[in-house]
This record gives sequence, structure tokens and C-alpha cells, in this order.
Amino acid sequence: MATPVVMPDHMAPARNSWWKANQRKLAPWLFLAPGVFMFLVYVIFPIFESMWISFYDWDGIGDATWIGWDNYVELFDDDAFYTSLKNNVIWLVLYMLAVPAGLFIAIFLNQNVVGIRLYKSLFFFPFVISQVVVGLIFAWFYAPNFGLLTKILAGLGLGDIAILADERFVTYGIIAAGLWPQIAYCMILYLTGLNNVSPDQIEAARLDGAKGFRMLWHVIIPQLRPATFIALVVTIIGALRSFDLIAIMTDGGPYGSSRVLSFYMYEQALSEYGFRMGYGAAIAVILFLIMMVFISGFIWKMIADERGGR
Amino acid sequence: MFPKPIERAAPATRFGYNVALPIALVLWLLPLLGVMLTSIKPAGDLIAGNYFGLPSSIALVENYSAVFENSPIGQYILNSFKVTIPTVVGTIALSCLTGFALAVYGFRLNLLVFFMFVAGNFVPFQILMVPVRDLTLQLGMYDTTLGLVLFHIAFQTGFCTLFMRNFIKALPMELIESARVEGVSEFKIFWHIVLPLMRPAIAALAVLIFTFIWNDYFWATVLVQGSHALPVTAGLYSLNGQWVAAWHLISAGSIVAALPPVIMFFLMQRHFIAGLTLGATKG
Repeated sequence: MATPVVMPDHMAPARNSWWKANQRKLAPWLFLAPGVFMFLVYVIFPIFESMWISFYDWDGIGDATWIGWDNYVELFDDDAFYTSLKNNVIWLVLYMLAVPAGLFIAIFLNQNVVGIRLYKSLFFFPFVISQVVVGLIFAWFYAPNFGLLTKILAGLGLGDIAILADERFVTYGIIAAGLWPQIAYCMILYLTGLNNVSPDQIEAARLDGAKGFRMLWHVIIPQLRPATFIALVVTIIGALRSFDLIAIMTDGGPYGSSRVLSFYMYEQALSEYGFRMGYGAAIAVILFLIMMVFISGFIWKMIADERGGR
Repeated sequence: MFPKPIERAAPATRFGYNVALPIALVLWLLPLLGVMLTSIKPAGDLIAGNYFGLPSSIALVENYSAVFENSPIGQYILNSFKVTIPTVVGTIALSCLTGFALAVYGFRLNLLVFFMFVAGNFVPFQILMVPVRDLTLQLGMYDTTLGLVLFHIAFQTGFCTLFMRNFIKALPMELIESARVEGVSEFKIFWHIVLPLMRPAIAALAVLIFTFIWNDYFWATVLVQGSHALPVTAGLYSLNGQWVAAWHLISAGSIVAALPPVIMFFLMQRHFIAGLTLGATKG
């Protein structure tokens, strides 16, 4: 890659020779310029700006007052913050169920019967629908008095439970709605992975008498590692990004018991309760730091692959 | 193939599998089927408490035309297209350029720039929210579809760069090397040699970005207020507030809002899945 290009210099006009000599060095930056510019302006700089804003008391319109660490001090004494943090942990843990569940459905569907392609597409369906629509669908599914789930629970003799109005169940109810598309996503990753599992190894293992769960654990799952890695990445990010479903299904309620950090940040910074940009930014910084732990892990693994491969 | 192909199993197992498939599907899609059924029920059925039975009459036309007549949903859908299509075009244009630069040139900061795009793609939206809203206000683009489009283009460029770069890296580099020996300029190599080979990647990203942006709700609420620019996701939520308990209308509206990405998915399924599962097969 580093060898200079040999130019047919008898043809090159003199005024172009500098460009000709240097275009290999300059070209990547010219190609990168528009994309890098947009990304810096809208993504990278705002991260640092938010960190900066988190040290101010600011309503978004008037003058901002420097208050140092006060937003963070307040945050660490704020019950709503701890409720949100606890819910984030619940989201993260339960969302992980999407990975084995997706694998299970993928194994179930990895057959060659008539119409299986259509089945796969329809199983994948929830992922294509907007989370707003998923939220409305599940709000209807959970609705007290007439919701389908309520009817089923009543039929089982469990009484009338209003899932989304009950502080004990509300977060779990929303997570179940979120798992629906997430399982579909993991399923499609594993279906693609299963498609590429080496048939020779399976046959060899079969001759050695491996089957069922032992085969899955010792032969199949190790070969599905790339799919598992991506499924974990998208599920962790999805869990920590959860916002739409909460906003749609409960608006953080009842009494703020279904908030997560992303929602609480929005509520503090932009909702009718006030425009506390500095405080909101401080919440966002905490969420960002939590995510950075995972992001660094992913990047570290990707860099290792990059060095190992190619 | 794993699990063992069902056609090699005993007839009873095969029969069981063929029965289990549709049952599993109905259970999986139960919430969705309920909403579809509700969307064609006359309002009277819901008042009478007929939530789950078959509709007393098919009110498909009534409900769906009521949704369009009594609400600005037509406008919302138009807004969604006004946000989604320019975003798809802009993102693909930018990421073809960045992906090419990062895949073909071995310059010093290459990996750093690449991982800036990858890492930025994972950050929580909330850390961008206040500054991006402020920037959009200062540019005079708050409450316009253009403001949303610019942000979406910038953000999606992260993911698309990752995708394009890996795609181009898998192309045979000899093509580019031999063109260079011929003295073809770098831009012409990009335009005449690499770009035509990127068609499958472009198709895959186009459907993916279309779906992501169509379904975006967060940025639509942060950067837009009025119904003149509100995309259908945010619009649907505000309608939900007006149509309290009118579930036949909410259901019909939900289905209308979900339709464009669903159609896109079924038309371009192969590309969609190829895009989504990038990297799921190779280590």
C-alpha cells in the first residue's frame, strides 16, 4: 500500500504534477471530509458539550450559571435517580433473555419444510414495526378490564391485574414488550449464523455420537460466536437506550416507578416539569459513562479482531 | 445442518412439527393479530364489550377512512417520507465516501477515525440531546423536517461507515491496484470501479436506514413540535392522547403507521437481512 504510484510522467501537464504526486495522501481526507465533518458536529462535539453543560444551571434559553459539581451532588441524593438506575439494571439483565430466546426460535425454525421462508419473515415481523406501535399494541394487550392478558390472567384465576398501573409489575410489563422485537432481532442473527455452521463438523460430531443439547453446546454454539457477539452488542445497547416504550406506555408512571435514566433525563430537560438542561445533562453523562464501559469492551474486541484478521 | 433436518425424522415428529409451526406463529403474533382484528371492528363492538370475538360487521373502510379524515395522519405520513428519503440518500452518499477512504487507504489515523464512527454510533441519544437541540435552534431549523434530516444523516453515517468499510475491504484490491498502475485518478477509481460493485451494500443500507428513521420517535419529539413537520411515530402518539379508548381508531392508525417499513421489508427482504446480519457469520 505504501509504495508510490508510478505516473506516466511524459503525459502529465506540469501544473498537475503536485496533485499527481500527492493525491494518494490527500484523497482519503477529501473522501472523509463531509462525513467526518457532520459526525463531529452532530455526534462527537455534543458529547463534550453535554459534559460541559452538566456543570451549569441552565433553562435552555436564558443565561447559564456555573455551579460546579452541584448537579451531580443533587443527583446522588435524588430518589428518582436511584429508581431509574435500578430499572436500568433490571432492563439490562432481563433484556439478555432475548439472546437465548432468539437462539431457541432460530433452532426451531432452521428447517426446510414448505413455507418456512414465510414463517421466518413473520417471526421477524415485530422488529420491523416502530416501537411506538409496539408500545400501543402492548398497552392494548395489557389494558385493565378488557386487555387480552387481563382476560387470560382472570381466566387462570389470578384476578384483574392492571400491569401498567401497578408499581410492582410496570417495568417488567414494558420489558416484555421490548423483548418482543429484540428476540426477533437475535433470532435473525442466529438464523444467519446457523446457515453458515460447517456441515462437516456436524457430521463428524454425529459420527462421534454427539446429538441434541451436547451437540448444541460443544459444536454449534462455539461456531455461532460472531452471531452471539453481535446479539449481545445490540441487546445491551438496546436495553440501555430504552426510551420509546416507556414514553409511550406509561410516561414514566405510575409515580415515576417505570423511569429509566434515558427517560428521566428527557423529563428533566424537556418536559412540562421544567427545562433543567444542566441537571438533564448530568444524568446523560452518567448514562454515557455506564455505556462507555460496554462500548470500550466492544471496541477492544473489534480491535483485537482487526489485528488478528487480514 | 443443525438441528437434524425434520424430513429425516419419524413421521410422527414431522407431523408434530408441522402442527407446532402455525400454533407458535399465532402465539408469537397474538398481540399484533388482536390489534389487526380490532382495527376492523365497528365502534359499537367495543362499547358492547366485544373485544376478542369476531367483529359483528367488517368496519375496515369506515375505520381506516375515519383515521384519515379525522386526523392529520396523512400529513404525518408525508412528513415521515420527507424525513426518511433525504436521510437515506444523504447517509448513503456520505458513507460511500467514508467507507471507501477507510477501506482503501492505509494512512496513520485510519483506525482512529474508523473507531470514532463505530463508538459514536453506540452512544446514548440523551448525551447528544441538549446540544443538538440547541444547534438546530441556532441554525433556525427547529421544528422543520430539514433539522431532523441533518441530524439523522450525521448519526447514521457512523453505522453505515462501518458497514461500507467492511464491504469494500472484502472486494478484490487487485482491481484498484491495477487501475492505479494505469494512472487512473483516485476519484475515478472510486466512481467507476468501486461504486458499481457497492450496489448490494447500498441496497441493504437503504432499506435498513429507511426502517430505522421511519421508526424513530425520540428525535422526532426532541426536534419537532408542530403537526406541519411531525413524523408519523410522534404524530400517532399525540393522536393516542386525543382518541382516548377509541381503540378501533388507534389500532387502525398504528397499522397505517407501520405499513411503509413493513412493505419495504417484504419487498427487499434479502437485502434487509443481509444488512442486519452483517458480521454475524465471520469472526
